[in-house]
Amino acid sequence: MNRRSGNWGEKLIDFSRRNIRIWSLLGPGGALSTAAMELGEVKPEVQMMTADLNYYSGLKRFSKAYPGRLINVGIAEQNLIGVAAGLAKEGYMPFANTYASFCASRCVDQIRVNMAYMKLPIKLIGLSAGLDAGVLGATHMAVEDLAVMRSLPNITVLSPADCTEIIKAILASSETLDPTYIRLTGPMNMPIVYNEDYDFQIGKAVEIRQGRDICIIATGSMVYHAVRAAELLEIKGISCAVINMHTVKPLDTEAVDAMQDKKMIVTVEEASIIGGLGSAVAEYLALQKNRPYQIMLGIRDSFPTAGSYDYLLKQCRLTGEQIAEDIISALSRE
Amino acid sequence: MVDKEIVDVCNASAARMRRCIIDMAFRAGKTETHLGGSLSMTELLAGLYKGIICFRKEDPDWQERDRVILSKGHAAMALYAALAESGIIEEEELEFFKKDGSRLSAHPSLGLPGIEFASGSLGQGLSQGVGVCIALKKMNNRKSRVYVFLGDGECNEGSVWEAAASAAHYGLDNLIAVIDMNGLQYDGSTGTVLNMEPMEQKWQAFGWETVSIDGHNMNEVLEAYMQHHHVPLAILARTVKGKGISFAENSRKYHTASLSSEQYEQAIRELG
Repeated sequence: MNRRSGNWGEKLIDFSRRNIRIWSLLGPGGALSTAAMELGEVKPEVQMMTADLNYYSGLKRFSKAYPGRLINVGIAEQNLIGVAAGLAKEGYMPFANTYASFCASRCVDQIRVNMAYMKLPIKLIGLSAGLDAGVLGATHMAVEDLAVMRSLPNITVLSPADCTEIIKAILASSETLDPTYIRLTGPMNMPIVYNEDYDFQIGKAVEIRQGRDICIIATGSMVYHAVRAAELLEIKGISCAVINMHTVKPLDTEAVDAMQDKKMIVTVEEASIIGGLGSAVAEYLALQKNRPYQIMLGIRDSFPTAGSYDYLLKQCRLTGEQIAEDIISALSRE
Repeated sequence: MVDKEIVDVCNASAARMRRCIIDMAFRAGKTETHLGGSLSMTELLAGLYKGIICFRKEDPDWQERDRVILSKGHAAMALYAALAESGIIEEEELEFFKKDGSRLSAHPSLGLPGIEFASGSLGQGLSQGVGVCIALKKMNNRKSRVYVFLGDGECNEGSVWEAAASAAHYGLDNLIAVIDMNGLQYDGSTGTVLNMEPMEQKWQAFGWETVSIDGHNMNEVLEAYMQHHHVPLAILARTVKGKGISFAENSRKYHTASLSSEQYEQAIRELG
């Protein structure tokens, strides 16, 4: 199988304001579908795969447009990764998806051998990561996937902030042969972080907002809420920078270095505070001589009680207002 | 009947492989090696490499090669011996089996020619084989076939059956699973640890053609490999764990074991 490089510079996808609004309405599945259609067109080696989530993942359109290029292995996540490995070994680039809660647990051994150790170019998409499917109960909450994936050598871990960035992350991942986990957080009608086109590079964090006093480093759905928190803090006279750490591994340590002059660094993620973005930043900061105080916001070491997405965000204190409150109380303790 | 000359060539190869395996096990010293499950599949690999598959020893990634996946990775010694027999690796390299930093680890690692996938965590090879077979069909490669070696104990893993179902579902007539039915797994006989019988009916129920053979009878081994099949084929090979060394045959102890000098000498004598 010969790989052909797609040229995103030709802008086959139009990152217009209108499209950005449409993607947001459709949610992460719609964004995945849009990116998949693009990849189907320009990358013959791309193969979509799912474990009985053809409709849920938004790939029905792709499977109709590109017959034979979506392999549905049924409810068999271990086989999903193993079959992806066979395809990848022969030169294809499989994009496999299932619920993030199953990605990071049911088939971790297959991920470990085929992606982490063998470095096969499998792109694994974790659907409804974090709390999006939390109404279905604890079994469908993916709180630990960041920690699990981050602990495996050689795997790039992406966590896009909104639907536009989901498309960019998926397209960018197709430009490398690195095994990659793409964690999709956020609901349908997902809040928009980027109103217009911007430059996305794997491993390069984006400073969304400048600020003098403190810095919030956020990832995935939490970027929007971090910006909201920063706006509220501004009113209280606290100047707050926001960094979108869309690549959790490898961590953009230069972006963290640039924030060392701040009074406090706050990490926010829709994931367990054990092992995720907060841990990645703390692991780096721990080795620095002069480091700012860090607080980690995310899902405490527990399974939240099942409920709607908005209810769960509040339960986990992950709304913009709650993030601002927790920052103020941490500043007052300091 | 298979040409007698080919049978003889393959049997001679199996005999040399068995000697290589014993040597590797002995050189590993007090470190235990997976002797039993390597000796049970010697004829199965010798017949395949010497009598059946196409490969280019100078070009292990040749696109039209047949693919061999050792899902029961603990039988790495048998695979290394087959690779040396086929000239894909040098026989001298076998001396480095299990040595620090060697390419010949106890379970197949990356970096050695002829190793398609790293293995050692059971239950993964058949899925990989399914993926390779689908890829070959997409590329219109009608020549290459994919051989996946499984242990009977390994068939305890649910992932084997996920893969088995998908192989039939996708109509993979280029896939052959070879099940080394030596009847023993780490904790005892396969029947007492977790009874998977009737195996043949299980594979058939999953949509596979099956053939049951004596895995040490080279004629039967080669005939099974040559069998035409329109769906994936499972070769159920009844074998003897530790085959060829009297004290190791059918013994749970020799799933992993080290060899003393006396045992080594006896083994060499018995192999003749």
